[in-house]
Amino acid sequence: MADFTSDFWNLYIAGITLVSIVGCGVFLFAQTKRRAKSEPVGTTGHVWDEDLAEYNNPMPRWWMWLFYLTIIFSLGYLALYPGLGSFGGAFGWSSQKQFDEEMAKANQQFGPLYDKYLKMDLTAVAADTQAQQMGQRLFLNHCAQCHGSDGGGTRGFPSLRDTDWLWGGTPELIKTSIADGRMGVMPPMGAAVGSAEDVKDVANFVLSLSGRTHDQLRAQRGKEKFAACAACHGAEGKGNQALGAPDLTDKVWLYGGSEAAIIEAITKGRNGIMPAHKELLGDAKVHLLSAYVLYLSKGEAASK
Amino acid sequence: MSFSHATIEKNVGWLIVLVILVISVGGLVEIVPLYFQKSTTEPVSGLKPYSATQLAGRDIYVREGCYNCHSQMVRPFRAEVERYGPYSVAGEFVYDRPFQWGSKRTGPDLARVGGRYSDEWHRIHLLNPRDLVPESNMPAYPWLDKPLDAAIIPKKMQALRTMGAPYSDAEIAGALEEVKGKSELDALIAYLQVLGTAIRAGGK
Repeated sequence: MADFTSDFWNLYIAGITLVSIVGCGVFLFAQTKRRAKSEPVGTTGHVWDEDLAEYNNPMPRWWMWLFYLTIIFSLGYLALYPGLGSFGGAFGWSSQKQFDEEMAKANQQFGPLYDKYLKMDLTAVAADTQAQQMGQRLFLNHCAQCHGSDGGGTRGFPSLRDTDWLWGGTPELIKTSIADGRMGVMPPMGAAVGSAEDVKDVANFVLSLSGRTHDQLRAQRGKEKFAACAACHGAEGKGNQALGAPDLTDKVWLYGGSEAAIIEAITKGRNGIMPAHKELLGDAKVHLLSAYVLYLSKGEAASK
Repeated sequence: MSFSHATIEKNVGWLIVLVILVISVGGLVEIVPLYFQKSTTEPVSGLKPYSATQLAGRDIYVREGCYNCHSQMVRPFRAEVERYGPYSVAGEFVYDRPFQWGSKRTGPDLARVGGRYSDEWHRIHLLNPRDLVPESNMPAYPWLDKPLDAAIIPKKMQALRTMGAPYSDAEIAGALEEVKGKSELDALIAYLQVLGTAIRAGGK
């Protein structure tokens, strides 16, 4: 194998292997003596505990033959499979080859299926039962760790079951989110807003946007300072899907909708990252997953 | 052939020598040649030795016994490649001393975990896995959120350099500066995020 630094190692491996196998055979043969029936059984000569002695019988026949069988097996194995240095064996087996064959076989079976869905429109794929099942299996393996096994999400990781979208819910935008990932960065805005009191005012204004319990006086004051937030969230706090800035007027809260959570978001910022999956999964799987996410969201909407 | 096994069994000197000879065959054939094989001694292209932070994180990985439940080797089977990514090759581990391949998979394999999740995901997940994955049985590691003690890292890098890891003088000199102010959590996440990233084949 060219993998070795020198050809010596091929000979080294083959040499030691063969010599030790032959050596086993020779030793075995040297000890294969059969005791004649008439010959009395001797003892090993040791005597323990006054009268305990040990017979010096030859090794059992069946055991000897098994040993010979292992030698024959090992020679046969080395003739068929790689083991003797650069000699690859008559079967030409390698783990790489076995893997490639396994993959080729699977591609033959699943390739057309993936291709079929890849050519179909995402909305059509989302409506296909088989595609949904494939999508679910892919989802459980690659997405559930963050978005939950039911796609319901958790704090900091958006739910995919609702119809609220940070980056847009059209089939194309969902696919872009999965393929290229998203970086939902909210910078720390504490300094831009002002003092801790000012931050609290803004937080109360944000609470008022979605009609949550808030301090009216603070909300009133916070409204002016919300200008610092409007660049991304819009003057009315409706958000901006091009930036991934969430709508603050709805009832969906990615990081919690309490005053404390909002203050934390303003002072420390938020950093939500969706890793890109195009490279990891390939186009066909991203396509199926996009359809599944679309289906998840539609399914929820339909049940309402 | 008329010598008897009794000769060997009754002669301790012979017994010792022959036993050593017999048990060394496996090592001589299966271990020694690995040191002279390119695929096991040369790094895959793009592989870098662990940075100071990653190295400190790796120590925490070992300290917390992560290897008891997580392997770091994707085997060349379709099922594994579908789930984790391209299968592992020896050249990816040449700077790992010792490697963390493991053999127990109570949790998933981590050989290709780098870049799969965000840093924030790892942070929440390490502090309490059930916050993210309700069905997880991984223990929580809340004590990791404390300052990193990395005083020994430059010495470790020095030692690894003598073993062949190509650290530059500047990297070793800047090691303490790099880990300054980082928590154990930061270091561990830095380590996890680099795992398996040297090889990133396009999925099929």
